[in-house]
Amino acid sequence: MNSRWRTRIFFAAAIGFAWIYFLGVKNLPPWGDYRGIYGQMISAVSVHERHATDAVNAIDYDYRGFDTLGEEFILFASVLGAMLLLRRPERPETTTPPEKGLSDAVKVSAAVAFSVLVIFGIYISTHGQLTPGGGFQGGVILASASMLIYIAENFSVFKRITSHPAVEVLEALGAGFYAVIGLVPLVLAEPFLTNWLPLGTTGNVFSSGTIAAISASVGIEVTAGFLLLGYTYLEDIIAKTGEEQNE
Amino acid sequence: MNSFLQIYPYLIAGWIFLCGLYGIATSRHLVHMVISLAVLQTSTYVLLLNIGYRIHGAAPVFVGISPGTITVDPVVQALMLTDVVVEATVVALLLAMAVTAHDRAGTLSPDDLRMMRG
Repeated sequence: MNSRWRTRIFFAAAIGFAWIYFLGVKNLPPWGDYRGIYGQMISAVSVHERHATDAVNAIDYDYRGFDTLGEEFILFASVLGAMLLLRRPERPETTTPPEKGLSDAVKVSAAVAFSVLVIFGIYISTHGQLTPGGGFQGGVILASASMLIYIAENFSVFKRITSHPAVEVLEALGAGFYAVIGLVPLVLAEPFLTNWLPLGTTGNVFSSGTIAAISASVGIEVTAGFLLLGYTYLEDIIAKTGEEQNE
Repeated sequence: MNSFLQIYPYLIAGWIFLCGLYGIATSRHLVHMVISLAVLQTSTYVLLLNIGYRIHGAAPVFVGISPGTITVDPVVQALMLTDVVVEATVVALLLAMAVTAHDRAGTLSPDDLRMMRG
């Protein structure tokens, strides 16, 4: 099948899809007049019931916490899969010439930006129950801060930090904590993922019980997972450039 | 005309979906294909946010507004958050597959990857 026929078949299918999709959305309630009762209810009760001012995170980490647990394991499995696909046979350190870092000015600016990013990432991960944010977003910010190390220093420094066994342990612990926090209520004869921690004062960082705790554990897992991903990809690229240079 | 504007946001979501699908169907490069899949998935964000939107609804963050305020639907926003995370990790996994395919076959064109080899 050549590409022209493929395009033709695609357009035939696309027209069919577009027609059915149009029929599907044509009689939806008018835009801006959403009638779902579930979201309204959670909006109305989340502050009172869970002491969480951000209803989105109250859903993610509490009301629908079970779904987020599954999502977290998708993340875990994907990181694992990417590392497995890109793994390279162990070999002695190649004799690549020492990489030259960038100028001192860049290093200083990167150090400043790094500290700001780390603080911001921690802030976002720990304030998810109050304002938009949470473990997923904060974790990605924290992990991307590590890229500054690579830019300012060189790969060996980056590798020393991100290939540390602690990163892998943290990733597993972050994923595990979520399940453990969910399992504790079973011992207390409550349903899985019941909010069993003290709820605290609304608006306080240490409020909303398990929402804050789960958000923090997700933050740890996402940070470690994305650090591992970054390391795996960079190592693959650098090993290949090294091979090309040796040839 | 008014009724057309009522479904216009949903049609945009469908349009983005078809754009992504077109990219996947006609792709000649695996990385391009993965990015097309990301575009396709973006249509779900547009669709979900439009479905949950309420005219004059506040953001579902009860800081500075009283708990009784009408807000846009937080459930679809939570769903979208899930969607973003899953997309990011799936893209990472698929790109790793593309790298592996390039290592094995020496090409990134889906047309040349036809033969399966052990």
